[in-house]
Amino acid sequence: MAIALGRHERRTNRFWSAFALPGVGWLVAFFVVSVYAVAAVAFGSINPLLRTAEPEWNPLQWDTTAFTDMLDRVVNGSLRQVFLRTFAFVGMALAGCIAIGYPVAYYVARKAPAKRRGLLLGLLVLPFWISYLMRMLAWTNLLQPDGLVNRVLRWANLMDEPRVWLDGSWTTVVWGLTYGYVPFFILPLYSTLERIDGRLIEAGRDLGASARQTFMRVTLPLSVPGLMAASVVTILPMFGDYYTNSYLTSGSPKVTMVGNQVEDYLRGSGQPNRGAALVLILMAVLVVLMVYYLVTTLRQQRQAER
Amino acid sequence: MKRWRARRGAPALAAITWLYVLWSILPVLVAMRVSFNDGKSRSSFQSMSMRWYWGDPNASLLHDDSLHTAMFNTLQLAGLTMLIATPLGVAMAIGLHRWRGRASTGANGLMLVPIVTPEIVFGVALFLVFSQLYTGVPDGLTRQLLGHVTFTLSFVVVIVRSRLAAIGGQFEEAARDLGATRLQAIRLILLPMLTPAIFASTMVVFATSVDDFVISSFLSTGASTETVPIKIYAASRAGSTPATNALATVMMVATLVAVGLAALALRAMNRRRGATDDGGLAGLTT
Repeated sequence: MAIALGRHERRTNRFWSAFALPGVGWLVAFFVVSVYAVAAVAFGSINPLLRTAEPEWNPLQWDTTAFTDMLDRVVNGSLRQVFLRTFAFVGMALAGCIAIGYPVAYYVARKAPAKRRGLLLGLLVLPFWISYLMRMLAWTNLLQPDGLVNRVLRWANLMDEPRVWLDGSWTTVVWGLTYGYVPFFILPLYSTLERIDGRLIEAGRDLGASARQTFMRVTLPLSVPGLMAASVVTILPMFGDYYTNSYLTSGSPKVTMVGNQVEDYLRGSGQPNRGAALVLILMAVLVVLMVYYLVTTLRQQRQAER
Repeated sequence: MKRWRARRGAPALAAITWLYVLWSILPVLVAMRVSFNDGKSRSSFQSMSMRWYWGDPNASLLHDDSLHTAMFNTLQLAGLTMLIATPLGVAMAIGLHRWRGRASTGANGLMLVPIVTPEIVFGVALFLVFSQLYTGVPDGLTRQLLGHVTFTLSFVVVIVRSRLAAIGGQFEEAARDLGATRLQAIRLILLPMLTPAIFASTMVVFATSVDDFVISSFLSTGASTETVPIKIYAASRAGSTPATNALATVMMVATLVAVGLAALALRAMNRRRGATDDGGLAGLTT
Protein backbone atom coordinates (compact mmCIF):
# COMPACT_ATOMS: atom_id res chain seq x y z
CA MET A 1 0.00 0.00 0.00
CA ALA A 2 2.70 2.43 1.00
CA ILE A 3 4.68 1.75 -2.16
CA ALA A 4 1.91 2.96 -4.42
CA LEU A 5 1.81 6.42 -2.86
CA GLY A 6 2.47 9.18 -5.35
CA ARG A 7 4.19 12.43 -4.51
CA HIS A 8 0.95 14.22 -3.80
CA GLU A 9 -0.26 11.47 -1.48
CA ARG A 10 3.02 11.46 0.30
CA ARG A 11 2.75 15.16 0.94
CA THR A 12 -0.83 14.80 2.22
CA ASN A 13 0.31 11.96 4.41
CA ARG A 14 3.00 14.15 5.90
CA PHE A 15 0.43 16.86 6.50
CA TRP A 16 -1.79 14.48 8.50
CA SER A 17 1.05 12.90 10.40
CA ALA A 18 2.02 16.38 11.60
CA PHE A 19 -1.28 16.53 13.48
CA ALA A 20 -0.61 13.27 15.27
CA LEU A 21 3.00 14.03 16.05
CA PRO A 22 2.67 16.15 19.23
CA GLY A 23 0.45 13.50 20.82
CA VAL A 24 2.74 10.69 19.72
CA GLY A 25 5.73 12.59 21.08
CA TRP A 26 3.97 13.09 24.38
CA LEU A 27 3.15 9.41 24.70
CA VAL A 28 6.70 8.41 23.83
CA ALA A 29 8.20 10.83 26.35
CA PHE A 30 5.86 10.11 29.23
CA PHE A 31 4.54 6.64 28.59
CA VAL A 32 7.08 4.61 26.63
CA VAL A 33 10.08 6.10 28.40
CA SER A 34 8.32 5.69 31.76
CA VAL A 35 7.70 2.01 31.16
CA TYR A 36 11.31 1.68 30.06
CA ALA A 37 12.33 3.33 33.31
CA VAL A 38 10.54 0.52 35.16
CA ALA A 39 12.74 -1.99 33.32
CA ALA A 40 15.85 0.10 33.94
CA VAL A 41 15.12 0.14 37.67
CA ALA A 42 14.19 -3.54 37.79
CA PHE A 43 17.43 -4.51 36.07
CA GLY A 44 19.51 -1.89 37.86
CA SER A 45 20.88 -1.84 41.36
CA ILE A 46 20.16 -0.30 44.73
CA ASN A 47 22.24 2.25 46.50
CA PRO A 48 23.14 0.32 49.68
CA LEU A 49 23.14 3.39 51.91
CA LEU A 50 20.21 5.44 50.69
CA ARG A 51 18.05 2.50 49.55
CA THR A 52 17.31 4.41 46.38
CA ALA A 53 17.23 2.93 42.89
CA GLU A 54 20.23 3.17 40.61
CA PRO A 55 18.73 2.43 37.23
CA GLU A 56 20.72 0.83 34.45
CA TRP A 57 19.67 2.41 31.17
CA ASN A 58 21.88 0.27 28.95
CA PRO A 59 20.17 -3.07 28.33
CA LEU A 60 23.53 -4.72 27.64
CA GLN A 61 24.50 -4.23 31.25
CA TRP A 62 21.28 -5.26 32.84
CA ASP A 63 21.58 -7.15 36.10
CA THR A 64 18.83 -9.75 36.34
CA THR A 65 19.40 -10.81 39.95
CA ALA A 66 16.48 -8.89 41.46
CA PHE A 67 14.20 -9.93 38.65
CA THR A 68 14.96 -13.66 38.84
CA ASP A 69 14.74 -13.44 42.61
CA MET A 70 11.26 -11.96 42.35
CA LEU A 71 10.27 -14.49 39.72
CA ASP A 72 11.38 -17.24 42.06
CA ARG A 73 9.36 -15.77 44.90
CA VAL A 74 6.31 -15.58 42.69
CA VAL A 75 6.65 -19.15 41.46
CA ASN A 76 7.79 -20.89 44.63
CA GLY A 77 8.07 -18.50 47.47
CA SER A 78 6.28 -15.97 49.59
CA LEU A 79 4.61 -14.13 46.73
CA ARG A 80 2.91 -17.17 45.29
CA GLN A 81 0.10 -16.87 47.74
CA VAL A 82 -0.30 -13.17 46.96
CA PHE A 83 -0.62 -13.92 43.26
CA LEU A 84 -3.04 -16.79 43.83
CA ARG A 85 -5.11 -14.59 46.11
CA THR A 86 -5.18 -11.84 43.51
CA PHE A 87 -6.34 -14.35 40.88
CA ALA A 88 -9.02 -15.63 43.24
CA PHE A 89 -10.31 -12.17 44.18
CA VAL A 90 -10.34 -10.98 40.58
CA GLY A 91 -12.00 -14.22 39.44
CA MET A 92 -14.74 -14.01 42.05
CA ALA A 93 -15.33 -10.32 41.42
CA LEU A 94 -15.52 -11.01 37.68
CA ALA A 95 -18.07 -13.76 38.33
CA GLY A 96 -20.06 -11.24 40.37
CA CYS A 97 -19.82 -8.68 37.55
CA ILE A 98 -21.12 -11.23 35.03
CA ALA A 99 -23.93 -12.41 37.29
CA ILE A 100 -25.12 -8.86 37.94
CA GLY A 101 -24.00 -7.14 34.77
CA TYR A 102 -25.31 -9.51 32.12
CA PRO A 103 -28.98 -9.46 33.13
CA VAL A 104 -28.86 -5.70 33.64
CA ALA A 105 -27.18 -4.97 30.30
CA TYR A 106 -29.48 -7.44 28.56
CA TYR A 107 -32.61 -5.93 30.05
CA VAL A 108 -31.68 -2.34 29.26
CA ALA A 109 -30.45 -3.15 25.75
CA ARG A 110 -33.20 -5.49 24.58
CA LYS A 111 -36.12 -5.75 26.95
CA ALA A 112 -36.70 -2.41 28.62
CA PRO A 113 -39.65 -0.38 27.32
CA ALA A 114 -38.33 2.25 24.92
CA LYS A 115 -39.59 5.12 27.03
CA ARG A 116 -37.60 3.96 30.05
CA ARG A 117 -34.39 3.18 28.22
CA GLY A 118 -32.97 6.70 28.36
CA LEU A 119 -33.55 6.96 32.10
CA LEU A 120 -32.06 3.53 32.76
CA LEU A 121 -29.03 4.27 30.64
CA GLY A 122 -28.51 7.49 32.57
CA LEU A 123 -28.67 5.57 35.84
CA LEU A 124 -26.17 2.98 34.55
CA VAL A 125 -23.74 5.74 33.60
CA LEU A 126 -24.22 7.67 36.85
CA PRO A 127 -21.57 5.74 38.85
CA PHE A 128 -18.97 6.83 36.26
CA TRP A 129 -19.33 10.40 37.38
CA ILE A 130 -19.12 9.53 41.07
CA SER A 131 -15.62 9.20 42.43
CA TYR A 132 -14.58 5.58 42.94
CA LEU A 133 -13.29 6.28 46.43
CA MET A 134 -16.53 8.06 47.31
CA ARG A 135 -18.32 4.83 46.44
CA MET A 136 -15.90 2.87 48.61
CA LEU A 137 -16.23 5.41 51.42
CA ALA A 138 -19.96 4.72 51.31
CA TRP A 139 -19.31 1.05 52.04
CA THR A 140 -16.93 1.78 54.89
CA ASN A 141 -19.84 3.69 56.46
CA LEU A 142 -22.34 0.91 55.82
CA LEU A 143 -20.09 -1.92 56.99
CA GLN A 144 -19.10 -0.46 60.37
CA PRO A 145 -19.87 -2.80 63.31
CA ASP A 146 -22.91 -0.66 64.14
CA GLY A 147 -23.56 0.21 60.51
CA LEU A 148 -26.67 -0.30 58.45
CA VAL A 149 -25.63 -3.65 56.96
CA ASN A 150 -25.29 -5.29 60.35
CA ARG A 151 -28.48 -3.66 61.60
CA VAL A 152 -30.48 -4.86 58.63
CA LEU A 153 -29.07 -8.37 58.88
CA ARG A 154 -29.89 -8.57 62.57
CA TRP A 155 -33.31 -7.11 62.08
CA ALA A 156 -33.99 -9.78 59.47
CA ASN A 157 -32.70 -12.40 61.92
CA LEU A 158 -30.01 -13.52 59.52
CA MET A 159 -27.32 -12.99 62.12
CA ASP A 160 -27.11 -13.04 65.91
CA GLU A 161 -23.89 -11.18 66.61
CA PRO A 162 -22.85 -8.05 64.71
CA ARG A 163 -20.21 -9.09 62.23
CA VAL A 164 -16.92 -7.29 61.78
CA TRP A 165 -16.65 -6.64 58.06
CA LEU A 166 -13.75 -4.25 57.79
CA ASP A 167 -10.90 -6.10 59.50
CA GLY A 168 -9.64 -8.08 56.53
CA SER A 169 -12.43 -10.37 55.44
CA TRP A 170 -12.10 -11.50 51.84
CA THR A 171 -15.85 -11.36 51.27
CA THR A 172 -15.71 -7.62 51.85
CA VAL A 173 -12.90 -7.24 49.33
CA VAL A 174 -14.68 -9.25 46.64
CA TRP A 175 -17.88 -7.34 47.40
CA GLY A 176 -16.06 -4.03 47.09
CA LEU A 177 -14.34 -4.98 43.84
CA THR A 178 -17.62 -6.17 42.34
CA TYR A 179 -19.41 -3.01 43.43
CA GLY A 180 -16.60 -0.83 42.17
CA TYR A 181 -16.13 -2.37 38.73
CA VAL A 182 -19.56 -3.59 37.67
CA PRO A 183 -20.46 -0.26 35.99
CA PHE A 184 -17.38 -0.60 33.79
CA PHE A 185 -18.48 -4.13 32.93
CA ILE A 186 -22.05 -3.24 31.99
CA LEU A 187 -21.43 -0.53 29.39
CA PRO A 188 -19.33 -2.40 26.80
CA LEU A 189 -21.66 -5.39 27.14
CA TYR A 190 -24.68 -3.12 26.73
CA SER A 191 -23.37 -1.63 23.51
CA THR A 192 -22.77 -5.08 22.00
CA LEU A 193 -26.17 -6.41 23.05
CA GLU A 194 -27.85 -3.30 21.74
CA ARG A 195 -26.29 -3.68 18.33
CA ILE A 196 -27.42 -7.28 17.81
CA ASP A 197 -29.70 -7.37 14.79
CA GLY A 198 -33.22 -8.01 16.11
CA ARG A 199 -34.12 -9.87 12.92
CA LEU A 200 -31.75 -12.67 13.88
CA ILE A 201 -33.59 -13.18 17.15
CA GLU A 202 -36.95 -13.05 15.39
CA ALA A 203 -35.70 -15.59 12.87
CA GLY A 204 -34.79 -17.93 15.71
CA ARG A 205 -38.29 -17.62 17.12
CA ASP A 206 -39.96 -17.97 13.74
CA LEU A 207 -38.04 -21.14 13.07
CA GLY A 208 -39.58 -22.68 16.15
CA ALA A 209 -36.99 -22.18 18.88
CA SER A 210 -38.32 -21.31 22.32
CA ALA A 211 -37.39 -18.00 23.86
CA ARG A 212 -34.81 -19.78 25.96
CA GLN A 213 -33.32 -21.68 23.01
CA THR A 214 -33.17 -18.49 20.99
CA PHE A 215 -31.31 -16.78 23.79
CA MET A 216 -28.87 -19.67 24.20
CA ARG A 217 -28.24 -20.16 20.49
CA VAL A 218 -28.52 -16.67 19.05
CA THR A 219 -28.29 -13.85 21.55
CA LEU A 220 -25.70 -15.33 23.88
CA PRO A 221 -23.21 -16.35 21.16
CA LEU A 222 -23.62 -12.97 19.47
CA SER A 223 -22.88 -11.22 22.76
CA VAL A 224 -19.60 -13.06 23.36
CA PRO A 225 -17.40 -10.27 21.92
CA GLY A 226 -19.05 -7.81 24.29
CA LEU A 227 -18.65 -10.22 27.17
CA MET A 228 -14.96 -10.56 26.38
CA ALA A 229 -14.42 -6.81 26.04
CA ALA A 230 -16.29 -6.15 29.28
CA SER A 231 -14.25 -8.81 31.09
CA VAL A 232 -10.95 -7.46 29.81
CA VAL A 233 -11.70 -3.87 30.78
CA THR A 234 -12.62 -4.96 34.31
CA ILE A 235 -9.93 -7.60 34.87
CA LEU A 236 -7.03 -5.33 33.91
CA PRO A 237 -7.67 -2.55 36.45
CA MET A 238 -8.75 -5.03 39.13
CA PHE A 239 -5.42 -6.82 38.85
CA GLY A 240 -3.54 -3.64 39.63
CA ASP A 241 -5.98 -2.45 42.26
CA TYR A 242 -4.42 -1.97 45.67
CA TYR A 243 -6.68 0.67 47.17
CA THR A 244 -10.02 -1.14 47.27
CA ASN A 245 -8.80 -3.98 49.45
CA SER A 246 -6.62 -1.84 51.63
CA TYR A 247 -9.32 0.81 52.05
CA LEU A 248 -11.97 -1.72 53.01
CA THR A 249 -9.75 -3.64 55.42
CA SER A 250 -7.56 -0.88 56.89
CA GLY A 251 -4.61 -2.44 55.11
CA SER A 252 -4.97 -5.91 56.57
CA PRO A 253 -2.17 -8.26 55.42
CA LYS A 254 -4.73 -11.07 55.19
CA VAL A 255 -6.00 -9.68 51.89
CA THR A 256 -2.76 -8.37 50.33
CA MET A 257 -2.91 -8.33 46.54
CA VAL A 258 -0.11 -7.90 43.99
CA GLY A 259 -0.69 -4.15 43.86
CA ASN A 260 -0.18 -3.78 47.62
CA GLN A 261 3.07 -5.65 47.39
CA VAL A 262 4.28 -3.36 44.59
CA GLU A 263 3.31 -0.26 46.52
CA ASP A 264 5.04 -1.56 49.64
CA TYR A 265 8.31 -2.30 47.82
CA LEU A 266 8.34 1.14 46.23
CA ARG A 267 7.12 3.37 48.97
CA GLY A 268 7.15 1.40 52.19
CA SER A 269 10.27 -0.66 52.41
CA GLY A 270 12.59 1.05 49.92
CA GLN A 271 13.18 -1.80 47.50
CA PRO A 272 12.37 -0.05 44.23
CA ASN A 273 14.14 -2.64 42.05
CA ARG A 274 11.97 -5.40 43.51
CA GLY A 275 8.84 -3.31 43.07
CA ALA A 276 9.77 -2.56 39.47
CA ALA A 277 10.51 -6.25 38.80
CA LEU A 278 7.12 -7.16 40.21
CA VAL A 279 5.46 -4.62 37.92
CA LEU A 280 7.18 -6.26 34.94
CA ILE A 281 5.96 -9.68 36.08
CA LEU A 282 2.44 -8.30 36.50
CA MET A 283 2.56 -6.88 32.98
CA ALA A 284 3.78 -10.20 31.62
CA VAL A 285 0.81 -11.93 33.26
CA LEU A 286 -1.63 -9.43 31.77
CA VAL A 287 -0.06 -9.05 28.35
CA VAL A 288 -2.36 -11.58 26.68
CA LEU A 289 -5.43 -9.63 27.75
CA MET A 290 -3.86 -6.33 26.74
CA VAL A 291 -2.98 -7.64 23.29
CA TYR A 292 -6.45 -9.12 22.88
CA TYR A 293 -7.96 -5.72 23.58
CA LEU A 294 -5.57 -3.93 21.20
CA VAL A 295 -6.13 -6.34 18.33
CA THR A 296 -9.92 -6.34 18.56
CA THR A 297 -10.06 -2.55 18.93
CA LEU A 298 -7.80 -1.97 15.94
CA ARG A 299 -9.90 -4.37 13.87
CA GLN A 300 -13.11 -2.59 14.83
CA GLN A 301 -11.60 0.78 14.01
CA ARG A 302 -10.60 -0.42 10.58
CA GLN A 303 -14.09 -1.75 9.95
CA ALA A 304 -15.71 1.47 11.14
CA GLU A 305 -13.57 3.55 8.83
CA ARG A 306 -13.99 1.40 5.76
CA MET B 1 -45.67 -10.51 18.70
CA LYS B 2 -42.69 -8.46 19.71
CA ARG B 3 -44.70 -6.85 22.47
CA TRP B 4 -45.89 -10.20 23.75
CA ARG B 5 -42.36 -11.46 24.05
CA ALA B 6 -41.09 -8.35 25.76
CA ARG B 7 -43.85 -8.54 28.31
CA ARG B 8 -43.26 -12.20 29.05
CA GLY B 9 -39.52 -12.15 29.50
CA ALA B 10 -39.21 -8.90 31.29
CA PRO B 11 -40.45 -8.90 34.93
CA ALA B 12 -37.60 -10.84 36.51
CA LEU B 13 -35.00 -8.96 34.50
CA ALA B 14 -36.67 -5.65 35.26
CA ALA B 15 -36.59 -6.47 38.96
CA ILE B 16 -32.89 -7.37 38.82
CA THR B 17 -32.11 -4.19 36.92
CA TRP B 18 -33.97 -1.88 39.29
CA LEU B 19 -32.46 -3.64 42.30
CA TYR B 20 -29.04 -3.11 40.76
CA VAL B 21 -29.77 0.57 40.22
CA LEU B 22 -30.84 0.89 43.86
CA TRP B 23 -27.77 -0.99 45.05
CA SER B 24 -25.48 1.20 42.99
CA ILE B 25 -26.92 4.47 44.27
CA LEU B 26 -28.25 3.91 47.81
CA PRO B 27 -24.84 3.55 49.50
CA VAL B 28 -23.78 6.87 48.03
CA LEU B 29 -26.96 8.52 49.30
CA VAL B 30 -26.26 7.06 52.75
CA ALA B 31 -22.74 8.51 52.67
CA MET B 32 -24.19 11.87 51.73
CA ARG B 33 -26.69 11.69 54.59
CA VAL B 34 -23.87 10.87 57.03
CA SER B 35 -22.12 14.10 56.04
CA PHE B 36 -25.02 15.99 57.66
CA ASN B 37 -24.64 14.18 60.97
CA ASP B 38 -24.60 16.29 64.07
CA GLY B 39 -22.14 13.97 65.84
CA LYS B 40 -19.04 12.06 64.86
CA SER B 41 -20.70 8.83 63.85
CA ARG B 42 -19.97 7.58 60.36
CA SER B 43 -22.25 4.59 60.64
CA SER B 44 -25.61 5.85 61.86
CA PHE B 45 -27.90 8.73 61.15
CA GLN B 46 -27.82 11.48 63.72
CA SER B 47 -29.79 14.70 63.72
CA MET B 48 -29.15 16.92 60.73
CA SER B 49 -26.62 19.71 60.98
CA MET B 50 -24.11 21.57 58.87
CA ARG B 51 -21.42 20.92 61.43
CA TRP B 52 -19.05 19.17 59.04
CA TYR B 53 -19.61 21.71 56.29
CA TRP B 54 -19.07 24.92 58.24
CA GLY B 55 -20.27 24.58 61.82
CA ASP B 56 -17.26 22.92 63.37
CA PRO B 57 -14.53 25.49 64.09
CA ASN B 58 -11.66 23.05 63.36
CA ALA B 59 -12.64 19.98 61.44
CA SER B 60 -15.31 21.30 59.08
CA LEU B 61 -14.83 21.71 55.37
CA LEU B 62 -14.79 25.48 55.77
CA HIS B 63 -12.22 25.56 58.55
CA ASP B 64 -9.87 22.65 57.82
CA ASP B 65 -7.21 24.06 55.53
CA SER B 66 -5.99 20.68 54.34
CA LEU B 67 -9.47 19.96 52.96
CA HIS B 68 -9.58 23.23 50.99
CA THR B 69 -6.12 22.56 49.67
CA ALA B 70 -7.23 19.13 48.51
CA MET B 71 -10.29 20.54 46.76
CA PHE B 72 -8.36 23.36 45.15
CA ASN B 73 -5.60 20.96 44.00
CA THR B 74 -8.11 18.53 42.53
CA LEU B 75 -9.97 21.18 40.55
CA GLN B 76 -6.80 22.90 39.39
CA LEU B 77 -5.32 19.61 38.27
CA ALA B 78 -8.48 18.58 36.44
CA GLY B 79 -8.85 21.99 34.77
CA LEU B 80 -5.27 22.11 33.54
CA THR B 81 -5.39 18.49 32.42
CA MET B 82 -8.47 19.33 30.35
CA LEU B 83 -6.75 22.33 28.78
CA ILE B 84 -3.72 20.30 27.67
CA ALA B 85 -5.15 16.85 26.93
CA THR B 86 -8.08 18.05 24.80
CA PRO B 87 -6.25 19.98 22.03
CA LEU B 88 -3.44 17.43 22.01
CA GLY B 89 -5.93 14.57 21.74
CA VAL B 90 -8.14 16.21 19.11
CA ALA B 91 -5.15 16.93 16.86
CA MET B 92 -3.91 13.39 17.37
CA ALA B 93 -7.31 11.93 16.51
CA ILE B 94 -7.53 13.96 13.28
CA GLY B 95 -3.98 13.02 12.35
CA LEU B 96 -4.33 9.30 13.10
CA HIS B 97 -7.63 9.18 11.25
CA ARG B 98 -6.12 10.35 7.95
CA TRP B 99 -2.50 9.36 8.19
CA ARG B 100 -1.84 6.10 6.32
CA GLY B 101 0.96 3.59 6.45
CA ARG B 102 2.82 1.42 8.87
CA ALA B 103 4.02 4.22 11.13
CA SER B 104 0.42 5.30 11.54
CA THR B 105 -0.66 1.82 12.62
CA GLY B 106 2.15 1.83 15.15
CA ALA B 107 1.17 5.25 16.49
CA ASN B 108 -2.42 4.09 16.70
CA GLY B 109 -1.48 0.99 18.66
CA LEU B 110 0.70 3.07 20.98
CA MET B 111 -2.23 5.39 21.61
CA LEU B 112 -4.40 2.47 22.73
CA VAL B 113 -1.91 0.91 25.15
CA PRO B 114 -2.43 3.44 28.00
CA ILE B 115 -6.13 2.54 28.05
CA VAL B 116 -5.38 -1.07 28.95
CA THR B 117 -2.48 -0.35 31.27
CA PRO B 118 -3.43 -0.97 34.90
CA GLU B 119 -3.16 2.21 36.93
CA ILE B 120 -0.55 0.79 39.25
CA VAL B 121 1.78 0.24 36.30
CA PHE B 122 1.12 3.81 35.22
CA GLY B 123 1.71 5.14 38.71
CA VAL B 124 4.94 3.23 39.26
CA ALA B 125 6.26 4.06 35.79
CA LEU B 126 5.64 7.79 36.20
CA PHE B 127 6.96 7.76 39.74
CA LEU B 128 10.21 6.12 38.61
CA VAL B 129 10.72 8.17 35.47
CA PHE B 130 10.33 11.44 37.34
CA SER B 131 12.51 10.38 40.23
CA GLN B 132 15.23 8.85 38.05
CA LEU B 133 15.26 10.57 34.67
CA TYR B 134 13.15 13.74 34.43
CA THR B 135 14.46 14.97 37.75
CA GLY B 136 14.40 18.57 36.53
CA VAL B 137 10.60 18.61 36.37
CA PRO B 138 9.34 20.36 39.52
CA ASP B 139 7.73 17.81 41.81
CA GLY B 140 4.16 17.93 43.00
CA LEU B 141 1.54 19.57 40.80
CA THR B 142 3.63 19.73 37.60
CA ARG B 143 4.39 16.03 37.70
CA GLN B 144 0.82 15.17 38.61
CA LEU B 145 -0.36 17.27 35.68
CA LEU B 146 1.98 15.59 33.20
CA GLY B 147 0.86 12.22 34.55
CA HIS B 148 -2.84 13.02 34.26
CA VAL B 149 -2.44 14.29 30.69
CA THR B 150 -0.62 11.10 29.73
CA PHE B 151 -3.31 9.02 31.38
CA THR B 152 -6.31 10.82 29.81
CA LEU B 153 -4.97 11.69 26.35
CA SER B 154 -6.05 8.40 24.80
CA PHE B 155 -9.64 8.81 25.96
CA VAL B 156 -9.89 12.04 23.98
CA VAL B 157 -8.42 10.39 20.89
CA VAL B 158 -10.78 7.41 21.05
CA ILE B 159 -13.91 9.52 21.53
CA VAL B 160 -13.02 12.01 18.79
CA ARG B 161 -11.95 9.28 16.39
CA SER B 162 -15.21 7.41 16.63
CA ARG B 163 -17.01 10.65 15.77
CA LEU B 164 -14.63 11.24 12.84
CA ALA B 165 -15.43 7.80 11.49
CA ALA B 166 -19.14 8.59 11.71
CA ILE B 167 -18.78 11.96 9.93
CA GLY B 168 -16.87 10.58 6.95
CA GLY B 169 -14.83 12.62 4.51
CA GLN B 170 -17.46 14.07 2.19
CA PHE B 171 -17.99 17.41 3.96
CA GLU B 172 -14.33 18.25 3.96
CA GLU B 173 -14.03 17.18 0.33
CA ALA B 174 -16.88 19.48 -0.57
CA ALA B 175 -15.17 22.36 1.19
CA ARG B 176 -11.92 21.58 -0.61
CA ASP B 177 -13.69 21.46 -3.97
CA LEU B 178 -15.10 24.87 -3.21
CA GLY B 179 -11.61 26.23 -2.73
CA ALA B 180 -10.91 25.91 0.98
CA THR B 181 -7.40 24.97 2.01
CA ARG B 182 -6.92 21.85 4.08
CA LEU B 183 -6.53 23.88 7.26
CA GLN B 184 -9.59 25.98 6.43
CA ALA B 185 -11.61 22.83 5.82
CA ILE B 186 -10.58 21.55 9.24
CA ARG B 187 -11.28 24.81 10.99
CA LEU B 188 -14.55 25.68 9.26
CA ILE B 189 -16.06 22.26 8.64
CA LEU B 190 -14.48 19.53 10.71
CA LEU B 191 -14.01 21.23 14.07
CA PRO B 192 -17.60 22.53 14.30
CA MET B 193 -18.87 19.05 13.46
CA LEU B 194 -16.60 17.57 16.10
CA THR B 195 -17.72 19.97 18.84
CA PRO B 196 -20.06 17.52 20.60
CA ALA B 197 -17.34 14.86 20.71
CA ILE B 198 -14.74 17.37 21.92
CA PHE B 199 -17.15 18.54 24.59
CA ALA B 200 -17.87 14.99 25.69
CA SER B 201 -14.20 14.14 25.85
CA THR B 202 -13.37 17.16 28.00
CA MET B 203 -15.99 15.96 30.45
CA VAL B 204 -14.49 12.48 30.49
CA VAL B 205 -11.02 13.96 31.03
CA PHE B 206 -12.31 16.13 33.86
CA ALA B 207 -14.09 13.27 35.61
CA THR B 208 -11.14 10.90 35.16
CA SER B 209 -8.71 13.42 36.58
CA VAL B 210 -10.95 14.28 39.54
CA ASP B 211 -11.42 10.57 40.22
CA ASP B 212 -7.78 9.55 39.90
CA PHE B 213 -6.15 8.31 43.05
CA VAL B 214 -3.20 6.14 42.01
CA ILE B 215 -1.23 8.55 39.82
CA SER B 216 -1.89 11.59 42.02
CA SER B 217 -0.83 9.61 45.04
CA PHE B 218 2.38 8.21 43.52
CA LEU B 219 3.37 11.72 42.42
CA SER B 220 2.25 13.52 45.56
CA THR B 221 4.92 14.97 47.79
CA GLY B 222 2.92 15.58 50.92
CA ALA B 223 0.11 17.69 52.33
CA SER B 224 0.42 20.53 49.80
CA THR B 225 -0.11 18.21 46.81
CA GLU B 226 -2.90 16.06 48.19
CA THR B 227 -6.08 15.71 46.17
CA VAL B 228 -9.60 14.81 47.26
CA PRO B 229 -9.26 11.06 46.52
CA ILE B 230 -6.02 11.02 48.53
CA LYS B 231 -7.85 12.66 51.42
CA ILE B 232 -10.72 10.20 51.23
CA TYR B 233 -8.26 7.31 51.12
CA ALA B 234 -6.33 8.60 54.12
CA ALA B 235 -9.57 8.82 56.08
CA SER B 236 -9.73 5.04 56.45
CA ARG B 237 -6.69 4.97 58.68
CA ALA B 238 -6.88 7.98 60.93
CA GLY B 239 -9.91 8.36 63.19
CA SER B 240 -11.91 10.23 60.61
CA THR B 241 -15.08 12.25 60.88
CA PRO B 242 -18.08 12.92 58.63
CA ALA B 243 -16.04 15.84 57.27
CA THR B 244 -14.61 13.29 54.81
CA ASN B 245 -18.16 12.55 53.70
CA ALA B 246 -18.82 16.26 53.37
CA LEU B 247 -15.72 16.64 51.20
CA ALA B 248 -16.73 13.71 49.00
CA THR B 249 -20.29 15.02 48.77
CA VAL B 250 -19.22 18.49 47.66
CA MET B 251 -16.88 17.08 45.01
CA MET B 252 -19.53 14.69 43.76
CA VAL B 253 -22.20 17.38 43.51
CA ALA B 254 -19.75 19.69 41.76
CA THR B 255 -18.84 16.99 39.21
CA LEU B 256 -22.45 16.02 38.59
CA VAL B 257 -23.50 19.65 38.14
CA ALA B 258 -20.61 20.25 35.72
CA VAL B 259 -21.44 17.13 33.72
CA GLY B 260 -25.16 17.92 33.78
CA LEU B 261 -24.62 21.48 32.53
CA ALA B 262 -22.29 20.19 29.84
CA ALA B 263 -24.92 17.68 28.73
CA LEU B 264 -27.56 20.41 28.55
CA ALA B 265 -25.24 22.74 26.64
CA LEU B 266 -24.45 19.92 24.27
CA ARG B 267 -28.11 19.26 23.63
CA ALA B 268 -28.82 22.95 23.01
CA MET B 269 -25.83 23.15 20.71
CA ASN B 270 -26.96 20.12 18.73
CA ARG B 271 -30.48 21.47 18.36
CA ARG B 272 -29.28 24.85 17.17
CA ARG B 273 -26.74 23.33 14.82
CA GLY B 274 -29.27 20.88 13.46
CA ALA B 275 -30.85 23.92 11.78
CA THR B 276 -27.68 25.68 10.67
CA ASP B 277 -26.20 22.44 9.40
CA ASP B 278 -29.01 22.18 6.91
CA GLY B 279 -28.54 25.78 5.95
CA GLY B 280 -24.87 25.16 5.43
CA LEU B 281 -25.53 22.11 3.30
CA ALA B 282 -28.11 23.97 1.23
CA GLY B 283 -25.52 26.65 0.69
CA LEU B 284 -23.01 24.08 -0.53
CA THR B 285 -25.33 22.44 -3.03
CA THR B 286 -26.58 25.58 -4.72
